[in-house]
Amino acid sequence: MGTGTSIGRVRGLGSAKEGAHHWLHHRMTAGSNFLLMGWFMISIARLPAYDYATVRYWLSSGWVAVPMVLLILSVFSHFRMGLQTVIEDYQHDESRIVMLVLRNAWTYGLGAIAIFSILKVAFTGAAA
Amino acid sequence: MATRSSARPISPHLQIYKWGPHMLVSILHRATGVGMATVGATVLVWWLAAIAAGDAAYATFRHVFVDFAGGALGYVIGIGLTLTFFQHMASGIRHLVMDTGAGFELKRNKMAALATMFVSVALTALFWLYLGLK
Repeated sequence: MGTGTSIGRVRGLGSAKEGAHHWLHHRMTAGSNFLLMGWFMISIARLPAYDYATVRYWLSSGWVAVPMVLLILSVFSHFRMGLQTVIEDYQHDESRIVMLVLRNAWTYGLGAIAIFSILKVAFTGAAA
Repeated sequence: MATRSSARPISPHLQIYKWGPHMLVSILHRATGVGMATVGATVLVWWLAAIAAGDAAYATFRHVFVDFAGGALGYVIGIGLTLTFFQHMASGIRHLVMDTGAGFELKRNKMAALATMFVSVALTALFWLYLGLK
């Protein structure tokens, strides 16, 4: 072990033995985001109107609700990892832990609302 | 990190290097990512929850983004988020190419960085032109 510098303290310990999974999963979800967001942007652009009845009818279809749930899962797990990277770069010590916990609450909280909303519309149908 | 002695030398940081498009695109990738994870996620989930909650909740959403101040908020956030999305997408594709080890030559790297910004502006313009001409 070295002289108490940050590099000295970790020299000889080898690699972190983890991290490759985070990196790979970030790339995998980038690919699925590209496909799902491409579908979403084209679908939104091609909607005949944006009033309540039209939008609800659109979302109530299984052909929309299923990819929409996949989009939430893919996009949210991607941005959860992205926020982690940003937080770990700029926040140290206690504030890092606080920010990482807040990020989990944000991602899972919003994600649960999104998926619940999609499924509610899909299961209760267009007329409501 | 926190225990590092302030007397020890550190490697040169941003202020040492000449500013270039690759640096702008790099920080834009972060900024657009964080922007979509916060503002974008909020708008998307609000929209989905409003559809699920019913006519009145959807009317509130529409009021904020379509009717309020002539839809100014809708245009600023809508165009802002689409530009943000397309920039992050184009920059992300560039990252996937660079992950293979390609495109690090100075000139090609600079051209690709500039290209992400041209692509994002062009796709945003096309998207809103399509909506406008519908």
